[in-house]
Amino acid sequence: MSVDLSTKYLGLDLKNPVVIAACPLAEKLDWLKRLAEAGAAAVVLHSLFEEQIEHDEVELIGAQERGAEYYAEHSNWFPEQEDYRIGPGSYLEHVEKAKKAVSIPVIASLNGVSPGGWTRYARLMQDAGADALELNVYFIAANADMSGEEVEKQYVDLVLAVKESISIPLAVKVGSQFSSPGHMAKKLADAGADGLVLFNRFLQPDIKLDVLEVRPRLELSTSFELLMPLRWIAILRDRVSASLALTSGIHTADDLAKALLAGADVGMIASTIYQNGFGQVRTILDGLAQWMEEAEYESVRQLQGSMSQSKCPDPTAFERGNYMKALTSFTGQPI
Amino acid sequence: MVDVQSTEKKGAAGPRFVMLDGNEATAWVAHLANEVMAIYPITPSSGLGEMPDAWAAAGRKNIFGTVPDVVEMQSEAGAAGAVHGSLQAGAITSTFTASQGLLLMIPNMFKIAGELTPAVFHVTARTVATHALSIFGDHSDVMACRGTGWALLASGSIQEAHDMALIAQAATLDARVPFIHFYDGFRISHEVNRIAHLSEDDVRAMIDMELVRAHRARALNPDKPVLRGTAQNPDHFFQAREACNPFYDRCAAVVQKWMDKFASITGRQYHLFDYFGAPDAERVVVLMTSGCGVAEETVDKLVDDGEKVGVVKVRLYRPFDMRALVDALPKSVKMIAALDRTKEPGAPGEPLYQDILTALAECWDGPSPKVIAGRYGLSSKEFTPAMVAGVFDEMKKAQPKRHFTVGIHDDVTGLSLDYDPAFSTEKEDVTRALFFGLGSDGTVGACRNTAKIIGENTALNAQAYFVYDSRKAGSVTVSHLRVSPRPIKGSYLVHRANFVACHQFQFLEKIDVLSNAEPGATFLLNSPYGPDEVWDHLPVEVQEEIVRKKLKFYVVDGYRVAEEAKMGVRINTAMQTCFFKLAGMLPEDEAIAQIKNAIQQTYGKKGGGTVVERNFAAVDGALGALHEVQVPEQVTSTHRRRPPVPDDAPAFVKDVLGAIIANRGDEIPVSAMPCDGTFPTATTRYEKRRIAQYIPIWQPDLCIQCGQCALACPHATIRMKAFEPSALEGAPEGFLSADWRGKEYPGWKMAIQVAPDDCTGCGMCVDVCPAKDKEQPKRKAINMEPILDHIDREAANWDFFLGIPEIDRAQVKIDTIKGSQLLLPLFEFSGACAGCGETPYVKLITQFFGDRMLIANATGCSSIYGGNLPCTPYCVNGDGQGPAWSNSLFEDAGEFGFGFRLAVDQQIDYAHELLRRLASKLGDALVAALIECPQQTEQEIAEQRARVAELRKKLAAIDDADAKNLLASADYLVRRSIWSFGGDGWAYDIGFGGLDHMFASGRDVNILVLDTEVYSNTGGQASKSTPRGAVAKFAAGGKPGRKKDLGMIAMSYGNVYVGQISMGANPLHALRTIRAAESYRGTSLLIALSHCIGWGIDMTTAMDQQKEAVACGYWPLYHYDPRDEAQPFHLDSREPKGSFKEFALKQARFAMLARSKPEESERLIALGQNDVDVRWRTYQNLAEVTKNAGASSGDGNGADKSAGKEVNA
Repeated sequence: MSVDLSTKYLGLDLKNPVVIAACPLAEKLDWLKRLAEAGAAAVVLHSLFEEQIEHDEVELIGAQERGAEYYAEHSNWFPEQEDYRIGPGSYLEHVEKAKKAVSIPVIASLNGVSPGGWTRYARLMQDAGADALELNVYFIAANADMSGEEVEKQYVDLVLAVKESISIPLAVKVGSQFSSPGHMAKKLADAGADGLVLFNRFLQPDIKLDVLEVRPRLELSTSFELLMPLRWIAILRDRVSASLALTSGIHTADDLAKALLAGADVGMIASTIYQNGFGQVRTILDGLAQWMEEAEYESVRQLQGSMSQSKCPDPTAFERGNYMKALTSFTGQPI
Repeated sequence: MVDVQSTEKKGAAGPRFVMLDGNEATAWVAHLANEVMAIYPITPSSGLGEMPDAWAAAGRKNIFGTVPDVVEMQSEAGAAGAVHGSLQAGAITSTFTASQGLLLMIPNMFKIAGELTPAVFHVTARTVATHALSIFGDHSDVMACRGTGWALLASGSIQEAHDMALIAQAATLDARVPFIHFYDGFRISHEVNRIAHLSEDDVRAMIDMELVRAHRARALNPDKPVLRGTAQNPDHFFQAREACNPFYDRCAAVVQKWMDKFASITGRQYHLFDYFGAPDAERVVVLMTSGCGVAEETVDKLVDDGEKVGVVKVRLYRPFDMRALVDALPKSVKMIAALDRTKEPGAPGEPLYQDILTALAECWDGPSPKVIAGRYGLSSKEFTPAMVAGVFDEMKKAQPKRHFTVGIHDDVTGLSLDYDPAFSTEKEDVTRALFFGLGSDGTVGACRNTAKIIGENTALNAQAYFVYDSRKAGSVTVSHLRVSPRPIKGSYLVHRANFVACHQFQFLEKIDVLSNAEPGATFLLNSPYGPDEVWDHLPVEVQEEIVRKKLKFYVVDGYRVAEEAKMGVRINTAMQTCFFKLAGMLPEDEAIAQIKNAIQQTYGKKGGGTVVERNFAAVDGALGALHEVQVPEQVTSTHRRRPPVPDDAPAFVKDVLGAIIANRGDEIPVSAMPCDGTFPTATTRYEKRRIAQYIPIWQPDLCIQCGQCALACPHATIRMKAFEPSALEGAPEGFLSADWRGKEYPGWKMAIQVAPDDCTGCGMCVDVCPAKDKEQPKRKAINMEPILDHIDREAANWDFFLGIPEIDRAQVKIDTIKGSQLLLPLFEFSGACAGCGETPYVKLITQFFGDRMLIANATGCSSIYGGNLPCTPYCVNGDGQGPAWSNSLFEDAGEFGFGFRLAVDQQIDYAHELLRRLASKLGDALVAALIECPQQTEQEIAEQRARVAELRKKLAAIDDADAKNLLASADYLVRRSIWSFGGDGWAYDIGFGGLDHMFASGRDVNILVLDTEVYSNTGGQASKSTPRGAVAKFAAGGKPGRKKDLGMIAMSYGNVYVGQISMGANPLHALRTIRAAESYRGTSLLIALSHCIGWGIDMTTAMDQQKEAVACGYWPLYHYDPRDEAQPFHLDSREPKGSFKEFALKQARFAMLARSKPEESERLIALGQNDVDVRWRTYQNLAEVTKNAGASSGDGNGADKSAGKEVNA
């Protein structure tokens, strides 16, 4: 018996639920092709960082102006180049090339900071041929005077603005740190998000002991990290209209199966490919198909959300009960 | 009035008007009309080569349809050779140069002319170095080429530079006489003015392809071989030399033919000599280049006033068409003043004067007019209508001076003319603006941009010119802008400004910014104080001028506007906006739209628009922040402007250097200047520039007394002293000290002190400080803090610190960082860029050897910060001893230092001979000690100094010729430390031949190569030290080849001490290698990694770049010591960690290519990594090689000269 792995995400028909998460794997066309060959149903390109573009531009112009016109013998330091590829140009070019290189949907990813920048770049990505857009909202609310409401409003306003400027589907990737993630998800969906990608893993600062300096550090995810998005996917499955993608923690076919059971339309993977190679996509898909066969599921759509909070045998397990149970089993004593 | 030149263009469309400087106007033509350009950078012509190089890199074609080959050579001599070869092989070929560069071309120029080869050299006429170098303009270089047989065609304006560049190209092909097309360096090369731009079709129409084919037909060709360049003998050389005469006889007519053809195309008519003035003029001045516009403007006014005066503008100076000159003069002329912009000492008169005399003698019918001769404008000395009027006034006199100067006050030979400086030709409808800014604040760029906006987008004409001071850190720029409804011909500074903008509030304390403001002018001040409070912060002198001249006074807080627009310290946009609003040349809305359009054009292509948006915000912010100040009727201030140097400075420093510092250098009389270019050292200490916003403040509680801050300080403004506690008596309140932490000086105290008025605020000391506060690691043992919070206390502390006795050098552990920094630097407060990577090496070397050093300095950054007036950073110790310094040329610092060695060795021999002769009178023991002392340690040097003092006493008592002679040479008995300093342009390129000979000589000269890997002083051209993949001028597409391994070449001789060092990566290694090199009694080469602003880095953390350079293997540390016969080569850095790419892409020089041509960048970076790997492996292998027995060391007997000879043996 063969199982039907197809699914729908952001209104796009996908041949299976494995989507490549936004990461540097998409930077090379060759790698993209290998991912597609390995079976990936769609790919989210690495993010275009608005801050990076601004930084590059300011740095480039700064480097040209630094030391210029100081002294009669050197009015400047560097020969002017005919063209600079520091704007979104090379990214947009990459979107176009990616579309030509692979037949699976290509989702552009935008990591922006300013209202103007988001809409401008979003439109450019659409024009470059992206099938959908993922907004990677990366905002650290470090300002202690900024309320949660203000933070949330900022997110919603961004989604509204971007949605208004494009016609392709829009996914929003967020972190988990909201007082009410469910409510936040709902607000984002109401603002126009066609899909939610849960959850973003922020680059965390680390302290370097030898020089007493703070440096960013990125660690690959582990299967353990699956559990938090799993919970929220399960809770949100029947509460928001948007598509749901689970990201962070899917390393195996079992992980993917859990994500789908909880209610994800797709599972996004990246770390496991870094660890196991491009073939891991196929391994996970084969594993999923095998498990589905063994569990006698006919299709992904059949199992999707069957273990969501509203459908699972014990809805409280996704809420506080879950916590109590864990404690009980750990101590051996009922609370 | 006769005006032979018209700017009216034939045809309906008319020309395109653009704002260009003279170099771009010329380069544009040269690029189109040439196939090969062999170039070498020299100010002010560098831009002439840089532009075609960049255009070629971008694929821009010439009229032949090919992309010109623009090649950088190793020197101007090399460029001339390449040009000669290219011409002989049939390509239309050019080059660009000036000054000493042109002189280096002279040998080939004789050949090119002798072979009747068409070519054009475009020359930004620049002063030839004599008693001093000058980068500015006069004709001494061009005039030195009169004998070469080249035609000399002069341009006097940007338009003329554009036009004559083409006329020269056309004429040379026809005449077969090569041409120098020249114009005044800086005044024309760098002035921006509005010109009618030629089209490519205009250029095509002027280049006769038949003549081009004829040139090619004469080329060396193996299919029809000839031989050119024979050696000839007395019987026939002379005749052959005369055979070229017909070509010179027709050359002037050929030029006029092409001038006429040019006029038929463009409507602009030139003649060999153009006359302007009264048809019945009796007094006429004759001159060439930019002075012509000044003279024309003056004549215009004087003729209007009814005077019978005129000017002849010389276009073609060689071949000199005497008949054409005579024909150009009105027949009514009674007296001619020949004005030469050059000086030929000992000649009967300067060249133009003599030529005019000859022309009149040969061609004038009847009694000829009287001719007087004047010199003006040497080294870009201002030449104004007032001076021209002064010359005309002199000509009215019954007995005018036959020879005179104008523009200076000559109180030695009395040659100078008096003139009325108030004479002016400026019309009231001309906007005449002055902008005082800092190099870093964008003022010059803004003024250039303003001129462009006006000149290219309105019906108005604009002219902009920029004056810089001599320092690279905290340099003051003055931008001169004119806007007029008429073409602006007079190339001179703005002396009567109706708009003055001071972009830096602190300038009011030291510069008289309002001296050139005319009554009723507008004064715009960038002020942190608002309109209601600013008045109380102005010095008396400023208030006085505002009140007396009834200035309209406005303030804007430009820094606040810039900060709010996220533009950092770039106040240019804000200040430019205020200028447009106040000057009222354009309606405000139109002006703002034009500014924004210019911003879009400037920054639009470089990204996503962030910088555009920020500039727009600055425009809008400035409009809201501009306020008029209600000026009180009375002066109320009580504080006066600071004097340029302290009152207790020596007289020469006050009267001469102080005048230069205060922008009053033009007032210095001839008698005040040294007659032979000799100046006192140790004068930067008087300047007290106070340019830092933040200064380092020491925290003794955290300090570990490592000395790294003092070592790294590029400006010697952080000092460390150790002293006995009693030295603290009388210390000012707040003077900080700590207990000495070492075992050397038990019970002693120490202090680290900043010189607040001399610090540039670069922050390097803080960056290298390793001591952090455990509880708050951002706090170090030294921290940058606002100068205004500390200046009074720190200034008093510095004064006290200077008075603390210097340590006895013999007591110091010199070969440690800490110990070295207890030694007095004999190089302080130079004008180098803030955070300079070169000066820490120079300073350290003076700490070790400064009291007995001779320095031969190649031209370049190190000669500019080391020897540019007004003030000299090389200084003296308490006994008055310090480095003696001289700059010869760019190319010969090796040979120059070698010459020092020869002289010193001779003098030592002579002194030894005299000692032996006088041994009986002086005592054998003293004589033996004087001759035999090894003088290796500080102790031994001190003992030798004591012996020499004793010797002097004894000699004074001996009445004998030998004794007198020995007295004169006794100083040589103290071992002298001889150094050649220079950059990589010198060592790798132009001076390499001499350096190579030095290596072979084995004589005891220490060579310090301050390797910035680029031509730093001339603004970033590639040298052979530039690494692969770095973008530089003349390597606009990224340097394709690998960096030359200079050290390896030196090591190949086997007798040269070679050290490759990096102060930022391993200061102790640098220190010890420097000491070892100096101790070696043969030739030593130190290659010192010197970060530079030309790398495109944040200079505050530049030492980190050096660390990474060494860590990744890009800059391996090593030393090669011929004394170590078993293993001379030692690789002193660790196995590489990290990649070349990681190191490189943090610097704009590499990152720029990654942003513009990513694939090419990736390719070159990969090759660069390979370079690193190969070099490392090579060095590893070399470290394993055991030196062959028998290769002599060249050290060991203490006698420098014999050591050298031994090495040669």
